[in-house]
Amino acid sequence: MTHLDLLTFARGSALNWALMVFVAGVVLRLFEIFSLGRKPDFAKPRSNSPGSGWRTMFTRSLPAQGMMKHHAVSYISGYVFHAGLFLAIFFLAAHIAFFRSMTGLSWPNLPTPLVDASVVAAMVALGVLLAHRLNSPVKRLLSGFGDYLAWAVTLLPLLTGYMAYHHLLFEYTLMLALHLFSVELLLVVLPFTKLFHTFSLFISRWYNGDIFGRKGVAS
Amino acid sequence: MKKTPHPEVIPGTVGEGLLQRGVTRREFLKFCTAMTAMLALPPAMAEVMAAAISKARRQSVIWLSFQECTGCTESITRSHSPTLENLIFDLISLDYHHTLQAASGEAAEQARMQAMKDNDGKYLLIVDGSIPLGNPGFSCIAGISNHDMLVETAKGAAAIVAVGTCAAFGGIPKADPNPTGAVAVSDIVKDKPIINVPGCPPIPVVMTGVLAYFLTFGSIPELDSLGRPKSFYGDTIHDRCYRRPFYDQGKFAQSFDDEAARNGWCLFKLGCKGPVTYNACATTKWNDGTSFPIQSGHGCIGCSEPNFWDAGSFYKALSMPVSMTPSMLGAAAAVGAAAGVAITWHNRSTKAAAKAAHEKVTVQELTREEK
Repeated sequence: MTHLDLLTFARGSALNWALMVFVAGVVLRLFEIFSLGRKPDFAKPRSNSPGSGWRTMFTRSLPAQGMMKHHAVSYISGYVFHAGLFLAIFFLAAHIAFFRSMTGLSWPNLPTPLVDASVVAAMVALGVLLAHRLNSPVKRLLSGFGDYLAWAVTLLPLLTGYMAYHHLLFEYTLMLALHLFSVELLLVVLPFTKLFHTFSLFISRWYNGDIFGRKGVAS
Repeated sequence: MKKTPHPEVIPGTVGEGLLQRGVTRREFLKFCTAMTAMLALPPAMAEVMAAAISKARRQSVIWLSFQECTGCTESITRSHSPTLENLIFDLISLDYHHTLQAASGEAAEQARMQAMKDNDGKYLLIVDGSIPLGNPGFSCIAGISNHDMLVETAKGAAAIVAVGTCAAFGGIPKADPNPTGAVAVSDIVKDKPIINVPGCPPIPVVMTGVLAYFLTFGSIPELDSLGRPKSFYGDTIHDRCYRRPFYDQGKFAQSFDDEAARNGWCLFKLGCKGPVTYNACATTKWNDGTSFPIQSGHGCIGCSEPNFWDAGSFYKALSMPVSMTPSMLGAAAAVGAAAGVAITWHNRSTKAAAKAAHEKVTVQELTREEK
């Protein structure tokens, strides 16, 4: 099998199966979460705060007070990583072409050097977060296999994408195939690990915002 | 300019042939200098090459055409005639070639047998087209199957040049579902040096370069893992493309011949396969260095790579899926929903069972454990 054959497989059958597992997994997990349900709340709301749940979905992404003082490493690295990953996924021209082929939607891309820098920043942030996790006794104690797996499968697409673009280690065709395989691994793993927070955070934020609103706590 | 004679012209050599055709020493040296540059040899090798080729006997060449479209022959013989490359081509002894030879039928086959006998172990075998293994009748010449003719002719060859993607990798005949069971030369011949010169068609000067190298050194040039001369197939089209700076900046043409495309922006989004295609189009170009596909506004289709025909649409960017369909995702979502319903039912029945099994305990039933 030549490198191009491998790339064709990565763009073809492998991608099809990975995307199907991803979609099936996401639908399954969402079904599971929503079907759990909640008992009806018969109590009268303490304050009338319509849209509290929806607002909380977005306000929780804003910096919270005290984070810089108590959790500076997680706070800064967390923001840098998520922003870098977001820019890399949604604003590299090649990625937009992928989304366009899947959805028909398209939007302007960022200059490639800017996306490249954001990928480097995201990878550095991931490295810092891992070091912090290993060096902090409490975090290390709380960490399990799932945490390290989530870290690894998130880093791999960033790393292989960076290496493919810069022609590092392997020739481009092979490295691009490896990049796609790493993305496919991420797609397969995402619905069944902590990485599902990509979707579930919006559900939990809505729920928290709504329930706190009903209890009279500002969201 | 005054023509200077070729030094030490030996009768029956390429040097003599060049002289007879009025090729000056200067022109010949220019050709050799260009060849050494293209083959990535040191500049000093130009003179060595000139001397070696001048003194070389006309190289006997047998050209076999199997499952092919004759595009490779068209490319090599007609692309930018008349040039020195063509003359060099004239100066080999092309003893057998379906399209170009005057003889036909038994006489043609006789010419092949005679060349094989006279130059046993020394002749160069050039093959274009793939070889069908499904049924010998799919492609045969003078009643001889392609497979048998290749095996027979390869026996006495010094080296084999597989010209075009069909001979080198199977090409279009091998494309899924490969109805003839087409294979490449290297799938059949295992005991001879094989130089793959893929492309659909290959660049003429690459062919001439390989020939010049063989005449100079009597051996084959350095090859990559797919048997291609590194000097021509060492870089991707993308890495040598004049549109590359725009790729690096993230500037892309959105449709064919839009303003961006005319301004030289990258054709990646239009399906260009330049990043994964190793060939010399971007540097040697075509039609006497006039242009190449990307320069004329169309992306590279990757024709010098194995199985390029099955590597997805020519008009899909490399980052796009090859065969994904919305129905696949719909089916996956349906499976996910069905599994979700099953899990919901399971969770709820577990909860109901736990509730049914729950026994209420009253205060009266509680007894204090004596310590």
